[in-house]
Parts: sequence; C-alpha cells; structure tokens
Amino acid sequence: MKQFHPVTKVKGFATKQSVRLSEKTMAKTAIANNFLTDLADVLLFITQFVRETFSRNSEVKEFFRQCFQIGYKSLPLVSITGTIMGLVLTIQSRPVLIKFGAVTMLPGMVAVSLIREMGPVITALICAGKIGSGMGAELGSMKVTEQIDAMEVSSTNPMKFLVVTRVWAAIIMVPILILYADAFGILGSWAGANIKGDVSFVLFFSQAFGSVRFMDLLPAVTKSFFFGAVIGFVGCYKGYNAGRGTESVGIAANSAVVLASLLVIIVDMIAVQITDMLI
Amino acid sequence: MNTAHTRPLDHAMHPADGSAPVIEITKLRKSFGKQEVLKNVSLKLMNGENLVVLGKSGSGKSVLIKCIVGLLHSDEGTINVFEQNVNSLDRKELGELRQKIGFLFQSGALYDSMTVKQNLEFPLRRIKKDLSEKEIEEKINVVLENVGLADALNKMPSQLSGGMRKRISLARTIVVDPMIMLYDEPTTGLDPITSDEISMLINEVQKKYKTSSVIITHDIKCVRNTADRIIMLADGEVYLEGTLKDFENSTDPFIKSFFH
Repeated sequence: MKQFHPVTKVKGFATKQSVRLSEKTMAKTAIANNFLTDLADVLLFITQFVRETFSRNSEVKEFFRQCFQIGYKSLPLVSITGTIMGLVLTIQSRPVLIKFGAVTMLPGMVAVSLIREMGPVITALICAGKIGSGMGAELGSMKVTEQIDAMEVSSTNPMKFLVVTRVWAAIIMVPILILYADAFGILGSWAGANIKGDVSFVLFFSQAFGSVRFMDLLPAVTKSFFFGAVIGFVGCYKGYNAGRGTESVGIAANSAVVLASLLVIIVDMIAVQITDMLI
Repeated sequence: MNTAHTRPLDHAMHPADGSAPVIEITKLRKSFGKQEVLKNVSLKLMNGENLVVLGKSGSGKSVLIKCIVGLLHSDEGTINVFEQNVNSLDRKELGELRQKIGFLFQSGALYDSMTVKQNLEFPLRRIKKDLSEKEIEEKINVVLENVGLADALNKMPSQLSGGMRKRISLARTIVVDPMIMLYDEPTTGLDPITSDEISMLINEVQKKYKTSSVIITHDIKCVRNTADRIIMLADGEVYLEGTLKDFENSTDPFIKSFFH
C-alpha cells in the first residue's frame, strides 16, 4: 500500500513554488534590466546629440541638404493632406452650423481648429510616417551595410554628420510644414465652403484670420518644434541603433513611425494641458 | 578540429627589416556577452608587409581588425598602432590616427546616396583639407585609373557590380594615402577572376603606395597571391603563424584542411 508522507509532499510543493517564483523574479528582473538599458541608451544618445550640436566644425552643407530632403520633398504630401483636412472639416461642420444659424462662423471656426490642433497634429503624424520612417530606414540600412563604420574610419563623426543634421533639420522644417499645411487647409476650407455656397475668397480669408488670435498661433507653433524634435530623434535613434541584419532595417523604420506617432500625441496632450493652464 | 595548438614559428615572428612594427597587438581579448571571440591574441605587422589573417568564419578575424581601427573596444590587452595605444586615445587622437589607416569593408560600404565621385571626395575633403578643387579632381582621377574604373566617376553605387564596388571602395580607401591598409575579406562573394584581380590590386597598392596591410580572408587563392606572412586564427586564438611555405608544408590536419 502506498504510504503518505506529508513532510515530503510539502517540501516538494515548496521547492516547486520557490523555483516558479525565482523564475518569475528573474524574468521580471530581465525586463527591468532591458528597460533600464534602453533608457540609458536614449539618454546617452541625447547627451551625445547635445554635445555634438555645440562642438566645433558643424556640418552646415549636410544640414541644408537635409532641410531640402525633409522640407521641400514633403511639400506635395503636406499640401494634399492640408487641403483635404480643411475641405473635410468644412463639409462636416457646415450642416451643424446651419442648424444653429451660425454658418457665418464657419471660416473662423475652421481656421482656429486647423491652426490650434488639427494642422499641427495631423501634419506631425504625416511627417512621423514620411520623415521618421525615412530616417529610420536610411540610417538602419547604413548601419547594416557598414556605411556608418566607413564614415567613422574616414575621420568623420557619424553622430554629427548623420544625426545632428537630421534632427535639427526636422526641428526647423516640421513647424514650417505645419504652417504650410494650415495655409492649404484654409484654402481647402474655402473650396469646401464654395461647394454648396458662394463665399468670396477675400471675405472668407478676412473672416478666417479675423478669428485667429496671436495666442492661438503661439502654442501651436511652439509645440510643432517639439513635434519636429520628437520625429527627428526617434527616427535617428531607431536607425542609428538598428541591429545587424537586413530585417532590422524594416524593424527600425516601423518602430520609428509607431513611436514617433505615439510621442507626437503624448507631446500634444502635454502641450494642450500647459496651454490650458497658461491661457 | 585539432585542439593542440601549434607553436608560432620563431622566424616568422621577426620578418622584414627589423624596424619597429607598425601594429603590435598584445594579449588581446574581446567578448560579446558570454561569448569570448578573441582570447589572448598577439601579433605584429611589420613595415611594408602583407600579413594575412586566416581562419574559419566566426573565428574573430573581423573583430580583430575592427579593434585595430577602434571601431570595437577590446576588453583586455593592448593595440599599438605607430606606437600609440588605440584604447587610450581620445576621439580627436583616434581620428588623427585613423587618417593613416585605410579600411576596406567586406561589403564595400559605399555611400548609397552619393555618386562614385562624391564617395571618393567624402574622405578626401575631410582628411586632406588643404587640397584645392583641381588637386582633388586629379587625385580622384588617378585612383580611379589605378583601380581600372576611370569611367565610373558619375555612376551611383547601385549601378556597379560586386567587383566594381570593391574596386571603388578600394579607391576610396587609398585616395587619402593611408600608411596601413586593413582588408576585411576583400574577395568574398566575387567570382574567381574578379577575386584574382582584387588580389593583384592589393599587391599593386602595397607597391605603389608603400602600405603595410592586414588582409582578413578565408580565400586560399587570395592568401597565395598576397601573403608575406600568415596568421591562422582558430577559436579566437592564434593557431599558427608562419610563411605561406610553412602553412603549405604543415602536417596539422586543420591547416591541411584549408590548404589542400
């Protein structure tokens, strides 16, 4: 007959539980370690960026080349997006405003919502897709094909040549693209208003800009510099720290878009809170 | 593999003209996590010689030359290049030292977004800052003729074949007149004829530019064409050091598996 040994059973159970607990603890420690390592990497990257920004021998020519790449080459996409944004907003808002007898407020309402929120956020998200993924893929592929190493052995600082120029170009060009998108948005709104009505160009624009105050423009422009910084940093960080295989180029580009888009929305949320407190 | 390591040959340790070595590596160790890639590697590169570092894939050859040029930092040991310890140099000093070293990457590492001309101009404008536009153009034309691709000036890297990319990459490396050349698997992925051409180019560069070279390879034909002296790496350690003749006459099964 089988004998029951309670002490042995309890010991076995306790050993199993303690092994399970220690495995769980180790897994959690590994996750925490990875998180801390990533955080340290990001901080190191930002520190290097700041140090290289203020070091001698700036890469002015490459900076302007990047401004051209980021700014000029994004114009068609931003123009179309801006126009559609204004057009859709007008078409959607018009019936509601008619219902409340406030259709004359349409140009002002569209202008304010475009300039304060929709223009900056949607354009920044478009830029995160185009510029962020471009940076991630380009730098990632340069890493994989040892072009960054080749630059390093040619006595060129790749951090300065590749990262500093791109991030600053993004910081400068994204706000310009946002203002450009706003302008096209208002133009699109005028077109939308003329689909079912008849508003003169001068009247529409005077009403639109008459409603926009300096304090609508200032927070929007300020936060768009941060959007540019986020897009530039994330794109460059992901590309510059890509792995060694070709697969990592895709991963870098993809994660650059996802993270930059998420951070744009988070920055926007913080900016809205700050603006709300100040105004 | 035979794990009993053959002793380095004495006469192979002190070749060439008796002058100070241009590269001297002592007891080099390098690990990636728990994986120890280089264990106690010591070697010397004498002035004007072609030293071939031979070994199986994963034996730490590429890691070795990346440590020499400071792209990777060794865990232990010293790497002296022109009597300067690479590990103790700051960024500026390392940059100055790198101006004397040419590095031919396995993939060529040509800048995709630049034409051949811009690829060659890139290191030249940064290292030889006192050159005029005319001198830059002349230098570029000379190196392109030296590698036999004078007509590729305005082509993009994507328009070049594998062998042409290697040649252009070599041209980009020699355009700044380096004193040491580091070749990371220069013939890998090339057909036998192009491989031979690259091997010949390596010899021509050595003669014309009076460089000392470290050639990383597992291509025996390239070894036969270029080596003044050979070091065999196995499992991150120096397995055998000697001349081509020493290696060809070796009875060690591991060496024989490479040479026969």
